Amino acid sequence: MAARTLAGLAPGEAGIISGFTVIDGFTQRLMQFGLMEGTEVKVLRRAPTGDPLEVEVMGYALSLRREEADLVLLEIPA
Amino acid sequence: MNTSAREPVLVTLGNPNTGKSTLFNALTGLKQKVGNFPGVTVEHLLGRTELGGRTVQVVDLPGTYSLSAQSPDEIVAVDVLLGHREEVGPPSMVLIVLDATNLRRNLFLANQVLELGLPTVIALTMTDMLEASGVTLDMAALEALLECPVVPLAVNKGQGLEALKSALTMMLAEPKPHSLILNRPLREASTALAAALSAGLEGHPLHAVEVERALTDKGGYAEQRLLARCGPAAAEALASARQAVGQGRDLATLEARERYLWINRIVGQVEQRSPRQRTWRDGVDVLLNHPLYGALFFLLAMAVVFQSVFAWATPLMDVIDGATVALGETVRTHLGDGLWASFLTDGVIAGVGSVVIFLPQILILFAFIIVLEDSGYMSRAAFLVDRLMRWCGLSGQSFIPMLSSFACAVPGIMGTRVIGNPRDRLATILAAPLMTCSARLPVYTLLISAFVPQKTWLGGLLNLQGLVLLAFYLLGLFGAVFTAFLIKRVLYRGPVTRFLLEMPPYRWPNPRSVLIKLVARAGIFLRRAGTLVFLVALLVWGLASFPQRPEASPTAQLEQSYLGRVSHQVAPVFAPLGWDWKVTAAVIASFPAREVVIAVLGTLYAVETEDESAEATLIGRLRASTHADGSLVFTLPMALGLMVFYALCLQCISTLAVIRRETASWRWPVLAWSYMTGLGYLGAFLCYRVGTALMA
Repeated sequence: MAARTLAGLAPGEAGIISGFTVIDGFTQRLMQFGLMEGTEVKVLRRAPTGDPLEVEVMGYALSLRREEADLVLLEIPA
Repeated sequence: MNTSAREPVLVTLGNPNTGKSTLFNALTGLKQKVGNFPGVTVEHLLGRTELGGRTVQVVDLPGTYSLSAQSPDEIVAVDVLLGHREEVGPPSMVLIVLDATNLRRNLFLANQVLELGLPTVIALTMTDMLEASGVTLDMAALEALLECPVVPLAVNKGQGLEALKSALTMMLAEPKPHSLILNRPLREASTALAAALSAGLEGHPLHAVEVERALTDKGGYAEQRLLARCGPAAAEALASARQAVGQGRDLATLEARERYLWINRIVGQVEQRSPRQRTWRDGVDVLLNHPLYGALFFLLAMAVVFQSVFAWATPLMDVIDGATVALGETVRTHLGDGLWASFLTDGVIAGVGSVVIFLPQILILFAFIIVLEDSGYMSRAAFLVDRLMRWCGLSGQSFIPMLSSFACAVPGIMGTRVIGNPRDRLATILAAPLMTCSARLPVYTLLISAFVPQKTWLGGLLNLQGLVLLAFYLLGLFGAVFTAFLIKRVLYRGPVTRFLLEMPPYRWPNPRSVLIKLVARAGIFLRRAGTLVFLVALLVWGLASFPQRPEASPTAQLEQSYLGRVSHQVAPVFAPLGWDWKVTAAVIASFPAREVVIAVLGTLYAVETEDESAEATLIGRLRASTHADGSLVFTLPMALGLMVFYALCLQCISTLAVIRRETASWRWPVLAWSYMTGLGYLGAFLCYRVGTALMA
């Protein structure tokens, strides 16, 4: 399956995190927020302008911008 | 040091949105003060509580998600917990606040704190929300697995407080330091490195946890500070320790993985999640995120905030203004017209008045900000407008401070505390004073009605005076956006601003907690900013009143005062803007507060009447005022230039005092003042010169 990122999910879609495009201070922060490899993440909605997006992880909601969501690689369950 | 140094210290910390501040307020009540750690703009709250008959100091640290020391809040948290902050002293115990409905993410910070080896008690808040969230928790198992007392609370309903106090009392009487170590090789390497690097170091020795943070968070605060203390040679030691412990793997990734393994093991044993019941919160969420209704609600909420700061505060400000004037007159009737009376009325009372006058706006804006934050809507508002704010380099979190600066930059700047990113916060602080605040309005109204012709179009729908006023509002907005852009995109580029914001569940704000936070904000303004504003008001009074000429008219007194002499001296500097010494004097006198320009102009142009006709008289005198060569001073280009000057210049000592207070440095107020004065001068010059050339 082609590599997809969190930014590519439509509202309502979910995926399992498989890694990050880079490891830096920001992606480390994402991990601290629970966006860990193997965790399920779901896009709840996008802002009316299409960006940022609101996602659900570990039962709570978080918002981040498209370019940041693009750092999160996903496996999409078939 | 005072005797409080010997009181035991309880440190509370936890994630944002856990009800931590509500719990702190419930523990300590109104007797609390806001502290600022020197050198960093991190605030903490200090309060006291009684535990088993002993008075205990409670230090509330800002909400953080981690101790990873990527932000100043986190490094302060690490420092306080390790006892490196002298103003707080070493903590006797820690109270970790956990949101019961969001245990997994909350346990990340808790896990880091447990590793510090301090006596720890855990407060589990929001337990009244568990049922609605479809979560059941095995409290006994949780307590056993975390190896420290866990107290369930529902602070809004007053449940659990007594149990928490008795758990804290027991921990204080018999401290049981926690002894969790997750990654033993990392801790051993850090301990060894801390000992090696501490040799020959001045001040406190390095703590293993500090070194652990420096090793884990590559390029973070902890590493930078360690290198600054120990010299560049330490970089090599850090690199080899990283290699030895991580064996090529990233330590931060390892840390997150290990902590979440630990967390998942515990949560798996204590938490049962069933499908959530649908509650009113889901309805609210759907409605507020609806493309149309959500946007309408947002606009309505912002309109109410704007309207309230702008209009609702006015009656209160008029009352304060009226009281100041009435008090001054009472003093004058008792003391006569002497120097003493002038000192008390024009100096002291007017000075105090110029501080207190800001309170209505600050209180109203902060009431809204606190309610919006505590209810969870603030994050949604930031989410909605983030895209809009991004093109000038800011994020959605800058929106409300910028909006409220239309009314007054002082509460706006104080409101920038909601902005997590320090560079965004600074850009917002420096851009906010350019927004058209209500103090500019009297200046605009006077000059517009005096010098802009009354022309109407479309049967009175459009009029020139109104359009000019609108143009000045837009000039302020453009100036602010330009400033933010300049700082964020040109001068101070640095790494890209990241936007990562928790969207907390909607909750009813706790009225008592809102009130306590509001009182704290007002106190900060009155004490920290008010003193400076008051002193400057006295200084300007002194400059205008000395040397004394008791027999002279007020106009002559002002001309011969130090202020008048200085104005004559520096008038040549402002001559290119078309100003004479009188305009110069009025502008200089209004540097502490721009709205006083009207009163000063009144004195300078010897307007003695205090009634309705005063403004008409002043307008007449301004129109007739001439330069030495007989040409008019107030031409249209000069008047517009003067308005541009007032639009762009930072003539407000309260704003400067608040910038100083919020950035904990004189650097930014000085920079903001110089920048905006330069901008004002340039704008007025261009307006006058281009306008004069066009009209010739």
